[in-house]
Formats: sequence, C-alpha cells, structure tokens
Amino acid sequence: MRDKQIEDLKDYKYGFSTDIESFKAPKGLNEEVIRFISNIKKEPNWLLQWRLKAFERFKVLKEPDWQKPKYPKIDYQDLYYYSAPKSFKEKPKNLEDLDPKLLETYKKLGIPLQEQKRLNGIAVDAVFDSVSVATTFKDTLTEKGIIFCSISEAIQKHPDLVKKYLGSVIPITDHFFATLNSAVFTDGSFVYIPPNVKCPMELSTYFRINASDTGQFERTLIIADKGSYVSYLEGCTAPMRDENQLHAANVELIALDDAEIKYSTVQNWYPGDKDGKGGIYNFVTKRGLCKGKNSKISWTQVETGSAITWKYPSCILKGDNSIGEFYSIAITNNHQKADTGTKMIHLGKNTKSKIISKGISAGKSDMTYRGLVDISKNASYSTNYTQCDSLLMGNKCGAHTVPYIKNKNSNSNIAHEATTSKISEDQLHYCQQRGLNQEEAVGLIVNGFCKEVLQQLPMEFAVEAQKLVGISLEGSVG
Amino acid sequence: MEQKLKTDFDKFISTSNFSNQEIKLKKKALDNFLKNGFPSRKLENWKFSDINQIIKKNIGELTFYNDYKIENEINDDIFIKEIEHNKIVIVNGKVQQLNFEYEESDKINITILDILNQNLNQDNSLISLNNSFSNRIHNILVKKNYSLKKPLIIYQITNEKMSNTNINFQLNFDLEESSSIKIINFSDDNSEKNFINDLFNFNLDKNAILKNYKIDKKNNTNIKYDYSSIIQKENSISETFIFSSGSDYVKNEVNCNLEGKYSSAFINGIHLLSKNKHHEIRTKTNHLYENTKSYQLIKSVIDDSSKSVYQGKIYVDSKAQKTDGYQLSKAILLNEQAEFNAKPELEIYADDVKCSHGSASGSLDEDSIFYLMSRGLDQKTAKELLINGFLLDVVEKITDEEIKKLIKNMIGLN
Repeated sequence: MRDKQIEDLKDYKYGFSTDIESFKAPKGLNEEVIRFISNIKKEPNWLLQWRLKAFERFKVLKEPDWQKPKYPKIDYQDLYYYSAPKSFKEKPKNLEDLDPKLLETYKKLGIPLQEQKRLNGIAVDAVFDSVSVATTFKDTLTEKGIIFCSISEAIQKHPDLVKKYLGSVIPITDHFFATLNSAVFTDGSFVYIPPNVKCPMELSTYFRINASDTGQFERTLIIADKGSYVSYLEGCTAPMRDENQLHAANVELIALDDAEIKYSTVQNWYPGDKDGKGGIYNFVTKRGLCKGKNSKISWTQVETGSAITWKYPSCILKGDNSIGEFYSIAITNNHQKADTGTKMIHLGKNTKSKIISKGISAGKSDMTYRGLVDISKNASYSTNYTQCDSLLMGNKCGAHTVPYIKNKNSNSNIAHEATTSKISEDQLHYCQQRGLNQEEAVGLIVNGFCKEVLQQLPMEFAVEAQKLVGISLEGSVG
Repeated sequence: MEQKLKTDFDKFISTSNFSNQEIKLKKKALDNFLKNGFPSRKLENWKFSDINQIIKKNIGELTFYNDYKIENEINDDIFIKEIEHNKIVIVNGKVQQLNFEYEESDKINITILDILNQNLNQDNSLISLNNSFSNRIHNILVKKNYSLKKPLIIYQITNEKMSNTNINFQLNFDLEESSSIKIINFSDDNSEKNFINDLFNFNLDKNAILKNYKIDKKNNTNIKYDYSSIIQKENSISETFIFSSGSDYVKNEVNCNLEGKYSSAFINGIHLLSKNKHHEIRTKTNHLYENTKSYQLIKSVIDDSSKSVYQGKIYVDSKAQKTDGYQLSKAILLNEQAEFNAKPELEIYADDVKCSHGSASGSLDEDSIFYLMSRGLDQKTAKELLINGFLLDVVEKITDEEIKKLIKNMIGLN
C-alpha cells in the first residue's frame, strides 16, 4: 500500500509535499529531492542554493576507492534521502519484541529498563519523564547563553551564525561523501558557546529532544567562541540499530581564540551478523578548525560497531599555539572492517598535536590506521607525537598502519611510533591463574592496552566504554 | 611520446639481432609501457615523487634508442685501488667488461638470460620499459658452497656522449645453496640529463648470503630509478646498503621476498642531500614464511631546498607467524626550504608477530650543539660532528669490515 502511494507520488512531481508525516521523499537523488528537503524544513533560499551548489559539485565527483575495506557498490539513486520520523505504530511495542541478543547486551552494559525502551523508540510511560530532565537541562544552558538545538532549529532561529560557519571547515567542494551530505543533510546538532563561557555540563545528543531519527545524513556544527569551553558527547554505548545502511555524517568544529572543544564519540552501530551480512557503513567526515590563537580541539573516539568504519577526525591547526589531539580505540571483530585515523595539519606557528591510536582486531576482521601529519613551511616550532599500537587476535584478521608524514619546516619535530603485537600467553596465564575466565582475562588486558584513550573520556562514559570493549571482543578467543 | 617510443623501438630492433620470439616479448613489454606511461603521483607509490613530471620538467623530450654496438673505452683511473676486486664495467647500459680474475672459473657461471624466463606481466611500467629496451641480460650464477674470495665491484658509468636519453639496464644473480657474494655498485656519471632505469634481480637459495652496497655520490643531473628484487629461501641473508647523494633525482626501490624460514633481510640507507635534489628510498619486505626477520634503518640529512622521501612497508602474510620486523627512519632538516616525507607502513595478517616502526624528523638538537660549543668547538664544527655521528650509525651497520672502511673513506665519514 505504502509502496504504491510512493509510486503514485513519483509521477506527480510536486505532490509529495503534502501529508509529509507518513511519507518518504521518492527514491533517488536529484534537484527535486533537494528542493523537497529544503522546502519541508522551511529553509531560507541561501541554504537551498548552497545545497544545490553542493549537488552540482557532487555530480562531477567520483566515489573514492583507495580505502582498504572494499564494499559493494552503492546505488545512490536507490536510496531515500528524506523520511519523516516514524510513528509509534511501526515501532516495537514491548521489549519482548526485540532481539533477545540485544537485550542481553543491554543487561551486560547495565542500561536501565526505561532507557532500553527509549533507545528502541518504545513509547515510555509517564513516570520516566525524559522531557523534564531535558528541560531543566535546557534552562541551565539558556541562562549561560549557550545555544544547543537541532540544526534545523538553528537555521530558523540563528541564521547568521549558521550562515557564517556552515561549510567553513568542510566546504561544499570537499570529497564525495561530505559533498553528498552538504546536498542532502536532514538534521543534526548545533552548539554555540558564547565568549568566556565554560559549558557547565557535558552536552550530548542523547539529551536533545527529538534527537532520534536524525537520519543517515547528519550534520553537526559546534562553535566555541573566544575563551569558551565545551565537551560534547556523540552516540552512546548501547548498540544502535538502523535500517539505513549508509551513514555519511559531517561534523564541523570551530574553536576561536583561547577556546577549547572536546568531542567524544562512542560508536556502536549494528556491525552485521557473524557471517558479515548486513551492518552499517559509517563514512563520516569530522573536521575541526583551530581558528584562533591558543585554541584546542581534542577528538576521542571508541569505535566498536559498524560493518565498515571509514573516518578520519582531523584538526586544522591554523591559529598560533593551537593544539590538536586525537585519541582513538577501534575494535573490529567477526567480519567488521575499519579504516580510521586522523589528519593533523599544522599551519600556525608553535602548534602541537598528539595522536594516540589503539587498534584491536579479532575474528576475520581488518583494521587500518591511516593518518597524516603535515607541518607546513610557516608552522615553525611545531611538534607532533604519534603512537599507534595494534593488537591482533588470531591469524585470520589483519592490522595495518599507514601513516603519512610530511615535514616542511626545519624547526619542527615529528615523532612517530607504531607497534603490532598479540596478547602474550604469560599475561593470560597470570590472569586465569587468579581466577578470571579467559574472556574476562582478555577484557582486562585489552582495557589496559586502551587505558590511555579511555582516560580521556568523560567519567560516566569511560565506565561504560570499558565494559563495551570487553563485550565487543566476545567470542574472539578460544 | 608514443610515436617517439615506437620509432625508437623499431630502430632498436632493426639494429640488434634478437630472435622473433624475443622481439615479440619485447613488443609486449613496450605495449605494456605504452598503456601505462611514466608513473605519476596518481599512483600511491609515486605520491611523493612524480617521475612523469620530473622527467618532463628536467629533461623534456627523451630518446629511447640506445646503440649497444658502440664500444666504449674504459679509463683505468676510475677503478678503485684500495681493495682487490672482481669487476663488471657497464658503460651507457652496455656490459663492457666482466672480470672475475680472483675466482675459480668453474665456480661462477656467466650466461645470457633467456628472455622467456622473465616475468613480463608487470604492474610497474618502468620495469616494462626496461624489458622492452634493455640489451641482452647477463646472469651470474655462483655455484653451491662457493664464496667469492674478493668483492665484486659493478661500475656503472655513463659518459658525456649520452644526453636526454633513456638508459635501461638489467642484471641477474643466482646464488646457489650456501654460496655468498659481496657487491659494491658504484655509479660514475659523467653525463647530464638522462633517465637511467636499472633493474637487479637476486635469487638466494638456502643458506646463501648477499651483501649489496650501492654508492651514488658524484654530482650529476641525471634522473635515476633503481629497482632491486631479492628473493630469499630458507636461512638466507641479504644486506643492502644505499648511499644516495649524487644525482639530481633518485628513487631506489628494494623489494624483498622472504620465502623460507629463518631468512632475514637488512636494508640500510643514507640520504645526504643538498641544492634541490630529490631522493627517495622505498622498501618493501614481504614476510611470507614463519620465523623471518627484517630490519630497515634509513637516515636523511637534508639541506637547501632538497627533498627526501622514505616509503617503507612491512607485509606479514597470515602464514608468517613469529615474524620480527623493525623499521626506523630519521631525518635532519638543515634548511627552511628542506622537506622530508615518510610513509612507514605495516600490513599484518598474522598475530604472533613483533613488528614496529618509528619515524622522527626535525632540526639538529640545539642542546647538543650548545654542549659541543661549550667545550670549545665552533658552531660549524659542532654541527658537522653531530651530522657525522648521525650518519655513521648507518654506516656502522655494514658487516664487512674491509668494505666498511672503503665506504667510510669514499663518503668522507670517519
């Protein structure tokens, strides 16, 4: 029935703007669809033009194919680029309707029952009032002048800020997936921290009302004005299911003079089953610009989900004395594949960057660290330190390190180290002797291996992430 | 360029006496090159050194025809006097002299390689170019259990007759079980603006030992590509040392296949660059069997607006458990305009391995200079002392004492 309705709408060019609640835009990518998205979101004309320009560019771009994990060709005309939020009718009504395996994982992570429901879009009863939690939360922020809302809302309420910064770090002429996102992005988060304000709490998409179903083309824009500080959390440790296979989000961070942004991600999208069927393609573009002097951007990521993870959260260190940091744990198991790392582009004088990357591959998975450190001619007295360690479990998986190091400044230093090893029998033996079973022992050792990165996460997150590390590697030993 | 290649190829075939079968294969290699052309930065391996652009910019139009009939005179002055040695003298890509006077004649077998045995299906277009235009290829076979008494020095000479020409050369070595050879590959370029394309194949059987030292120190404006392929069986050892300094543009590629257990490969290199030279070393060690070992140490001193590139890859097959791989590259940038690029890469499919790499680049350590100056040295001497020490580290890795001494003298490090 539904399909038929959509079929009908395809023939009628402008018809699909009515009754949007229950319809998707027709399949395919063309100017009409982009106009449709823009229209539905009541966007100003400049943004529509901006989207269309990105689309023009997208048409001439070629899909990159240099990455290590290959995937079957995506037919971009066979995707829905807009779908209205689902009504509760289509969603599961009870926790009993869910996959028992998923519930088991929730249990291990210690996620409360109400939250489990919320994560799966089950209507929550009145006792658990997530809205009121969020409201008190919002009041505190408004008091400080912090803007934290969806990007659609920001486009309506703060068009000047959006217009000024949107696309200033990831321009519409960027690479294939970023440009696709610019053309068709549907929603995402917007954060603005006014000058000299220290955001009193960790901001998280989790607390934003209507944060669910932001779709596969998410756009996040965070601006930290002079002297401000913000810590932002993306995702959560609970496994996330989504029927969209391709996720091409764009995240832009801008730090002005003396500002600091800390961006933490825990990514646990559906990785596909044991035989590597299904699973999310996570092709995200994340880039931070240290625009002002003494600014700092720090990325921390724990990547355990997705069938394919392909992302390089980067820092452009433009302001003098600016600092870029990247802490990463990537875990692949079964048939998962990851090609991740960072780019540190030193443009300003006296800029510093630090990269700590820990990769763990198990099962039949494949993991690549790919990174770039580029110190340009004018970036005098800059330093970089990179450490990337890999841990292999079994001989059916792969771990690779591909760093690109470019030093064009004689006063600057770059140091890079990488090691690959396995969990030693001695360590395992020692833990088992003390009464841990093999899986617990592996979990403990891996947590130790990742400690440097886990320490960077906000407190509550770190505890959950630690458990997640153990769970992700289940069934990989023995 | 395509037309030029074809006419030069026809001219080359008509003036030499290859069999029909050989011509067919050479033609095939040429087609392969025509299809791909000179490698450009679009290829990952050539990302940092776009040879297509470099040739265009520095040479312009190349001549591919090389007359192998011309006999060249060899001036005895160029021979190294310090040590007694066997020699192979190559002038402009043609073998002029093969002299193994210090060895037992029945232990070394020199033949012309059958072109049919060559691997002509190449991804590397420069090897295709080499296959199509090189002269007949000599194969030097060292028999079982024989160790050469004296080192072999390969003199690679170009004379002033050559300019704007592509010179292709190939040489093969087969080391039978438990044999060993020490080779010094010494470049003596008196020509300007040529593109020199060399290919060396080494096949090491069980327990064989190869020591190969490459020296390029005479200043010249040639563009060079040097590819060494080393295939190693059980328990064999290869040691490669590269001193890369003289030519304007050089790319040294060493590809090592460790196919037998306990085989090991050592590759050490120095880049000593000034003016606007652009040198690259690319190493690829493939660990294909368990219990193999590889070690690479590359150091660069980069002055003026020169550019040094190191690309190193350690590949570990899922079969190759207990691999030990180590790689270190270090660079000192002496000038604002100098540039160092590195891509140290690990590709690992086995879990019980010990692999690591490190890369560091930066300026000379101010504290060390201060220390030396406070002991009474002037700044220039202090810097020289530090650079000498930095590079000596690599030279000290040479395992043959006699050759180590010779090389130290040759490149002025003491």
